[in-house]
Amino acid sequence: MSLFDHKMSELHTMLRNKEVKVSDLVDESYRRIAEVDGKVKAFVTLDEEKARAYAAELDDALGSEGDRGLLFGMPIGVKDNIVTKNLRTTCSSRILENFDPIYDATVVKKLRDAQAITIGKLNMDEFAMGSSTENSAFQETKNPWNLETVPGGSSGGSAAAVAAGEVPFSLGSDTGGSIRQPAAFCGVVGLKPTYGRVSRFGLVAFASSLDQIGPVTRTVEDNAYLLQTITGVDPMDSTSANVEVPDFLSSLTGDVKGLKIAVPKEYLGEGVQEEVKQSVLDALKVLEGLGATWEEVSLPHSKYALATYYLISSSEASANLARFDGVRYGYRTDNAETLLEMYKQTRSEGFGDEVKRRIMLGTFALSSGYYDAYYKKAQQVRTLIKQDFEKVFESYDVIIGPTTPTPAFKIGENTKDPLTMYANDILTIPVNLAGVPGISVPCGFKDGLPLGLQIIGKHFDESTVYRVAHAFEQATDYHTQKPTL
Amino acid sequence: MSRIQAEQVKHVAHLARLAVTEEEVEMFTEQLDKIITFAEQLNELDTTGVEPTTHVLDMKNVLREDKADKGLPVEEVLKNAPDHEDGQIRVPSIIE
Repeated sequence: MSLFDHKMSELHTMLRNKEVKVSDLVDESYRRIAEVDGKVKAFVTLDEEKARAYAAELDDALGSEGDRGLLFGMPIGVKDNIVTKNLRTTCSSRILENFDPIYDATVVKKLRDAQAITIGKLNMDEFAMGSSTENSAFQETKNPWNLETVPGGSSGGSAAAVAAGEVPFSLGSDTGGSIRQPAAFCGVVGLKPTYGRVSRFGLVAFASSLDQIGPVTRTVEDNAYLLQTITGVDPMDSTSANVEVPDFLSSLTGDVKGLKIAVPKEYLGEGVQEEVKQSVLDALKVLEGLGATWEEVSLPHSKYALATYYLISSSEASANLARFDGVRYGYRTDNAETLLEMYKQTRSEGFGDEVKRRIMLGTFALSSGYYDAYYKKAQQVRTLIKQDFEKVFESYDVIIGPTTPTPAFKIGENTKDPLTMYANDILTIPVNLAGVPGISVPCGFKDGLPLGLQIIGKHFDESTVYRVAHAFEQATDYHTQKPTL
Repeated sequence: MSRIQAEQVKHVAHLARLAVTEEEVEMFTEQLDKIITFAEQLNELDTTGVEPTTHVLDMKNVLREDKADKGLPVEEVLKNAPDHEDGQIRVPSIIE
C-alpha cells in the first residue's frame, strides 16, 4: 500500500502523530516517479533537490510549532503553464524551453504559504491547446490505465501523475475541459472552479475569459481542501472575484436528500457511447437512492458550443501569444537579419502546429472584414449558451452528464483531424463558456478504462457540486481502484 | 468552393508574425477551411439584438490609483532575455 492511498486529512494526522515524516512523503513521490515515470512521462521538470531540502526543514519543524494547515508537507505537482519562481516553466513549448520565471503564480505562493512541497512540473499540450497531451514539444504522456491510450489534455500530466500515484495532488488549468476531461480519462477527481474563483495571476494565458486553475486529486475531500487553499480574491488579478469563500469541507455531508438534478438530453445524445450513457444513468440511480431526484432538461444551444469555443478561445489566444516574439524572454531564432524576420522565424520555430493553427484561426476571426461574422457572432452565441444554463438553474441545483463522450482513445488516433480531436471536449466546453463550476468524478469503466461523471453547479456554488460529488463517491468504489503499472 | 484560400492563409500568417512554408500553407488552408466551414453553423442562429458576452463576471472596468511604483529589478528582468547589453534588451537593428 502506498502512502498516497491515504487522504490528505489522514496523512496530516500521521504527520502529527509522527508515524511518518514529511521526508517520507517526498521520498514516496520521487520513488514512484523513478519507478513509473519512464513509462507514464507525466513530469517535464523535477525539483528534487529543493523539495528534499524543504522536506528536511519541515521535518525539523515538526512538533515544534503550533497548529498547522492540512497542506503542511504535502507533495504536489504543478502544471507547467503555472509559473514557479526559479523553477523552469515551459508550457511544454520550445519557445519557453529555458524560461525560469522570476516570480510565483498566486496559487503557487498560496501553496508555499501553506507549506506544501512542489515536486515538479507536469506535462501538458503546448500552451494548453489540446485534448490528449500529444501536442507537448517534449514528450507524450501516457494513460496509466493503458499506456497505449492518451491521458487526455491539456492537463494530461496533472491527471496521469495523480492516477499513477506519483503525487497525491496536482494543479491543472481548464479552458474548455482541460482538467475534467483528463480527470475522466485517468479515473481521478478534477474541478474547474467558477471563473474568477481562483486567481489567474501567473497562469500563462491561453484564453483569458475562459481559463481557470483547479485541483486534481484522488478524492473529492482532497479536492475541496486544495481549492480552499488556492481560492480568493487577488489584487494581482482584476478578474478574480471578490466574493465570499465558503468552507467547502462543510458541504461534504453525504446528504443529497431533496436535491434536484437536471440531466440535459443533449449530453446523452448522438456521439455519446452507450456504455458512457449507461454509467451516467447508473450514477443517477445511486443519487436517487440517496434521496435526490432528477429530470431531463434541454440546453438547446449545446450543439453550437464547440464552434463558439474555437472562435473565442483562438481569438483570445492569438492576442495572448503575441508576446512570444523572441524579444524579452524565451527562444530566439539565429536565422534572422531583420526584426520582422526575427519575430516570424522565432515564432515559427518555437511554436508547434496546433498552436500555429489556433493563432491563425484567431487572427483570421479578428481580422478586418471577418470580425462581425465570426468573433462577434461567437460572443452572441456565448450569451445564448450562458442563458441556457441560467434558465435550468432557476429550477435545479446541479446539472449532471458524462464528462466525455467516450473513454480514453488510442495515441495517434485523432491527431490527423483537428475537428475530431476538438469534439472530445463537447460536453465540457459549455461550462467554460458559461463560467460555471464543474467537476469530474470516476463513475465506471469500459474495457478497463475509467469513465467520468460531470457535475455542474451555479456560479460560485462549488459547495453543492462538492456535496453531490462526495455523496456519489462515498456510495461507490470507483475512486478506490488503481491502475497496475 | 473553399472558404479559405492559400493567399488568405499567407496574409493571416503575416499578420500573426508566423513564417510559413508552402507545405504548411497547403496544410493550414485545408484545415482552416474545415474549421471555418464548421464554425459557420453559427449562422443558423438568429442573434439579432443579442448582446455579446465577452466576460462572464459582472464587473465594469477595474481601475487602480495612478501612482508610480517600483518596477522589477533590471537584472531579474534580463535574466531570461535572449540577448542584452548594458541593462537593455538587444534586437536586430530597425534603422540602417
